[in-house]
Amino acid sequence: MSAAATTLAHEVPPQAGPRAFLHRLRQGDEIAHLLTLTFAAVILLLTSLLVYELWVNSHLSRTQFGWAFFWTKVWDPNFDNFGAAPFIYGTLVTSAVALVLAVPLGLASAIFLSELAPRKISDIISFLIDLLAAVPSVIYGLLGIFIVVPLMRTTVGPLLINTVGNLPYIGVLFRGPNYGVGFLTAGIVLAIMVVPFIISVSREVLLTVPREQREAAMALGATRWESTWQVVVPWARTGIMGSVFLALARALGETMAVTMVIGNAAAIKASLLAPGDTIASTIANQFTEATGDLYLSSLIELGLVLFLITFILNGLARILIVATERGGGRPA
Amino acid sequence: MIALRMFWRKSLNYVMLTLTGVAAFAVVSVLFLILGYLLWNGGTSLSWNFFTQLPKPVGETGGGMANAIVGSLKLLFLAAVMGLPVGLLAGVYLAEFGGKTFSFVVRYTTDLLNGVPSIVIGIFAYSLVVLPVKHFSALAGGVALGIMVIPITVRSTEEFLRAVPGNMREAAMALGASRWKTIATVVLPAASGGILTGMLLALARVAGETAPLLFTAFGNRFWSQGWGQPIASLPVMIYTYAVAPYDDWHRQAWAAGLVLLGLVLLSNLGARFILARSKAV
Repeated sequence: MSAAATTLAHEVPPQAGPRAFLHRLRQGDEIAHLLTLTFAAVILLLTSLLVYELWVNSHLSRTQFGWAFFWTKVWDPNFDNFGAAPFIYGTLVTSAVALVLAVPLGLASAIFLSELAPRKISDIISFLIDLLAAVPSVIYGLLGIFIVVPLMRTTVGPLLINTVGNLPYIGVLFRGPNYGVGFLTAGIVLAIMVVPFIISVSREVLLTVPREQREAAMALGATRWESTWQVVVPWARTGIMGSVFLALARALGETMAVTMVIGNAAAIKASLLAPGDTIASTIANQFTEATGDLYLSSLIELGLVLFLITFILNGLARILIVATERGGGRPA
Repeated sequence: MIALRMFWRKSLNYVMLTLTGVAAFAVVSVLFLILGYLLWNGGTSLSWNFFTQLPKPVGETGGGMANAIVGSLKLLFLAAVMGLPVGLLAGVYLAEFGGKTFSFVVRYTTDLLNGVPSIVIGIFAYSLVVLPVKHFSALAGGVALGIMVIPITVRSTEEFLRAVPGNMREAAMALGASRWKTIATVVLPAASGGILTGMLLALARVAGETAPLLFTAFGNRFWSQGWGQPIASLPVMIYTYAVAPYDDWHRQAWAAGLVLLGLVLLSNLGARFILARSKAV
């Protein structure tokens, strides 16, 4: 009797009392439960420890510079004067460039895959795009250095300077010396790296839009494109936003490819063609050379900043994607 | 007037739909461009020496990356030993035992850990392992990669365990098996194909990671002297060689890139193959 009740423990309320517990213990259920629970708890412990270590090891820099760390434009290891402003700027600019290029491209591809392409072709292309997402970032960096940078230096850069550079307002972004390395190059490489994430998440979300929505739009005389753009995409917009946030989080934290093509200069320049640095690329470049304690501590504080930014973005992205997949994304 | 409006709407329809197709094929063609460039540049630089010799001193041409290939394998071994069990058991907890609130917290934390930039994981492993003993080690690199393996394994394990039909569990329990016996002998074997795929994909992902190794495993131009010493790895070698000013190093970086990409893509394809077969059974 007791055995039957305990084996169905998840369906009937578990029997109270030490005897029932001992019985489950003998059967191994409680041991397995506790064992797996321990390992689940390890994940929480690791994540807390990660935050703790970043916080403690950046103590020196936090007390020395305070909030001024965020807007100080100087990064001078020789005089132990550190400010994160150039790197925060670089991180935001490269990610912005990446999103400007990647979002239209990714969304268009996702629309093609979910609305137009036959299921078989769509699956094959999605598989190839997943492979693209699996390419290590150092490989992107390698291609960036030897393919994209020369192309920017000899062709794209001069072209931009001579055309868009002459325009009022946005021309500022495309003036000045052109080295091939810089914000724009890093942004382009980042765009290629995050496009697969936008596509695969957006495609999933678009596929959850009910078929009736499309049929209703078509029945009212909408063209295929009108039904897609005015009905299907708005329905899925929350999830698409989620995919963009996810891509943004990846772009902000991306290290190797950016380090290899951004030119590594702690400077804030208006021109996208100028060399710069991001938070991640600075850590990658300087961490092993950091001689003083304050230097190291400042680099770790950069890591803390990066962690917090991506932490918040990832959280938001998850909430948005889950909200759409539960059907909460319908236009108001 | 209406005809003109209709013409405009139809034209817009065709133009935009064509553009979406162009976008999709442009993205896919990037994959083939990458493969093509690596095969072209890496293939010509790849030789038997690459797999068997140590790097030559600066200025001398030739040599290979045998130590980096072995080093990468060692680091992956460490990552697998440390990360996979945690990921597997935590995944089993979430799918089979988890309550409501605690599971939600674990799941959420796992996703966040998955999104932590790899360079930050590197700092974490640095402060955990390198800082106390004051020098770089293979162990530190293994810890960094191991941490990255965990969240990917957790989520794939949970997903595939949940896909096992509930009536298989009920059948085992109806025959008198205890809960853990059901999980160990019925549910896990049924999901093993998927779980294995997830593990392979997790390892394939960290195999290409460079950032967390820069200041944990560091690098080494010779054979590693043990787990407590710096060790070479393929991704870090590609980085160092690509940014160095020597043509011969650039050639070797391409060769190493080809080998690394080959490994990563092959394990991805292998994982899909396992999954397809286990689904067919």
